[in-house]
Amino acid sequence: MNLLVIAFKSLKQRALSSSLTALSVALGIMLVVSVLVIKSVVDDTFNQRSVGVSLLIGPRGSDLGNVLSAVYRIGKPSENLPWRVLTEDIDRAAKRLPGVKDSADVIEWAIPMTMGDVTEEGTFPVVGTTPKYFKVEYASGKKFSKKGELPVNPFDAMIGSRVARENGWDVGSQFSLIHGGADGHVHDEKFTISGVLAPTGTANDGTVFVNIEGFFLISGHEKPPEEAIQRLKDFGFEVNAEQEAAIREAAGGHDHHAHDDHGHAGHDHAHAPHGIPDDLKEVSFILVRTKTSLASIMLAAEINDGMRAQAVNPIQVISKLMKLFVGNTQKLLLFLTGLIVVVAGIGIFVSIYNSMSDRKREIAIMRALGASRVTVFTIILGESLLLCLGGGILGLLMGHGLVVVAAPLVEAQAGIIVNPWMFDVAELILFPVLIGMATLVGFLPGLTAYRTDVADSLND
Amino acid sequence: MSLSIRNLQKSYVEPGGRRLPILNVDSFDIADAEQVVLIGSSGGGKTTLLNVIAGVTTADSGQVVIDGTDVTKLPEPGRDRFRALRIGYVFQTFNLLPAFTALENVLLGMSFSGRKADRPHARELLKRVGLDHRLNHRPTKLSVGEQQRVAVARALANRPSLLLADEPTANVDRANQDNILKLIREACTENGVALMMVTHSQEVASQFGRVEKLSDFNRPEAAE
Repeated sequence: MNLLVIAFKSLKQRALSSSLTALSVALGIMLVVSVLVIKSVVDDTFNQRSVGVSLLIGPRGSDLGNVLSAVYRIGKPSENLPWRVLTEDIDRAAKRLPGVKDSADVIEWAIPMTMGDVTEEGTFPVVGTTPKYFKVEYASGKKFSKKGELPVNPFDAMIGSRVARENGWDVGSQFSLIHGGADGHVHDEKFTISGVLAPTGTANDGTVFVNIEGFFLISGHEKPPEEAIQRLKDFGFEVNAEQEAAIREAAGGHDHHAHDDHGHAGHDHAHAPHGIPDDLKEVSFILVRTKTSLASIMLAAEINDGMRAQAVNPIQVISKLMKLFVGNTQKLLLFLTGLIVVVAGIGIFVSIYNSMSDRKREIAIMRALGASRVTVFTIILGESLLLCLGGGILGLLMGHGLVVVAAPLVEAQAGIIVNPWMFDVAELILFPVLIGMATLVGFLPGLTAYRTDVADSLND
Repeated sequence: MSLSIRNLQKSYVEPGGRRLPILNVDSFDIADAEQVVLIGSSGGGKTTLLNVIAGVTTADSGQVVIDGTDVTKLPEPGRDRFRALRIGYVFQTFNLLPAFTALENVLLGMSFSGRKADRPHARELLKRVGLDHRLNHRPTKLSVGEQQRVAVARALANRPSLLLADEPTANVDRANQDNILKLIREACTENGVALMMVTHSQEVASQFGRVEKLSDFNRPEAAE
């Protein structure tokens, strides 16, 4: 009979105590697995969401604030940038780089984003952007999948999967926006959903994207001419008298309500773009993808040196945040769950050690039947190993089981896609750790068995 | 010769540090397949003698030769292995392991010998002691007599050359006493195993051809 089988039978003899001891290990391992999965999900979520963008250009202020607002849709931008930052500043900064004649030499794409409004139903954040946003990778190697069409017409919209699910919207549905300003009124204009994005596990799932042209066409979204002129000057752009006059004239000639009057449903905005003069437009953020990492660093330095806009690498900002807060919290959680496993290990030690006094006779019988001291030591160590590994495997199953059960709930509540079968490589370390722990906690009881005096114990 | 003891001395150290001689045997032999009963007063050293022969307890000096091997000269792991292979031991209190079935208790004895467990032989032994219908019962589900019969089967599992039995009928009723005694003796005869049985019972002793009184050949008071 195999020694492990003998150890298993001995454990079975003390079924209740053995089960409870193994369960304590299982619960500890389950918590470790849960924390590891949470860590993986958080890592994935933070890295994945920002990795498609090399640079985020936004208003001067908090790096983190800009990233949270633009990438995670948490909070509103502190201020907007003139449209000329997109059309002139970036180009100028790129051309200042050594050996660069055309900004296309270093910039793959630059996509504007306007933010601030929310949907009337569900108060989902609204982002005005160009259809190109949906053609580029939202994360490394990942492109959007969608149902329907891109929002190519001014009053077209593309919605995230969570928005569609929670609001019950689909292609063809119409919705209104609440203005992001202090008054918070509901805009008259209605947008029509042209497409629905497939789940991405990113903030895009909970976002409503509207065509940026449509966003500007909403009444109150363009700057008043005087304010726009002043703002251009504040940002260091030259505005001569001729341009000022042109801005005033263009602003006066633009009539939102004429647009509203003829309604949006069935209206082909692609054939009737209501041209808003660029100098009356504003942009909240510009997402930039450079061709190389070096270009990203150099371009950021150029923009940050002397321009009023601010460029940051979102990955660096998030990494810093992760290290400072999230990383430490994860370490603390791992430490605490590790402590739980250690306590469970002590439980195994106490359970086996306490049983030793009752089992002296049993051990003496084995020795009288010819078992060596090493054999009885091995049997006791085997018991410890079985409890630790049995509990560990159970814990792994329970941990992943918990994730399987929780995944749809987490997705529904937080919009975070959790892969139920996610396996962190760190879980592999658990097995050598458990074997080490089993050896450690089984050693002393094993030694007691090793030292058992056969004649004395048989006579007791 | 199955067992040959020469100049065997064994003493225990008392709490005060004084040595208390227990065994002092000049010469004692058991021939191959011979059946001997050992009687003696309580505390006279009968169990100690069996333990020294089995290699469970070490002797202070002297020789215990079984089938040509001096057990006292073997290191402890060697004694363990020798005991597993060559000596069967039946205890007064049966000493079956409660976690294992009757069949597993018999197989357990084989496992410690280092040989592959011979399941058919274990079944055969249990059949021989009349327990072929109780193979998968645990000791708690067996009667006292059945438990002792399992113990006998276990002691014979490795085909030993010497069977040591320490008052095997002390804890069973009269009917079982005769059955077990008959079983042990017949099994030893069938397998050519020498038997050394310790008993208090004159009635048991009277059934044996050779009865040895421990005090006749053990003189601890004469130990140096």
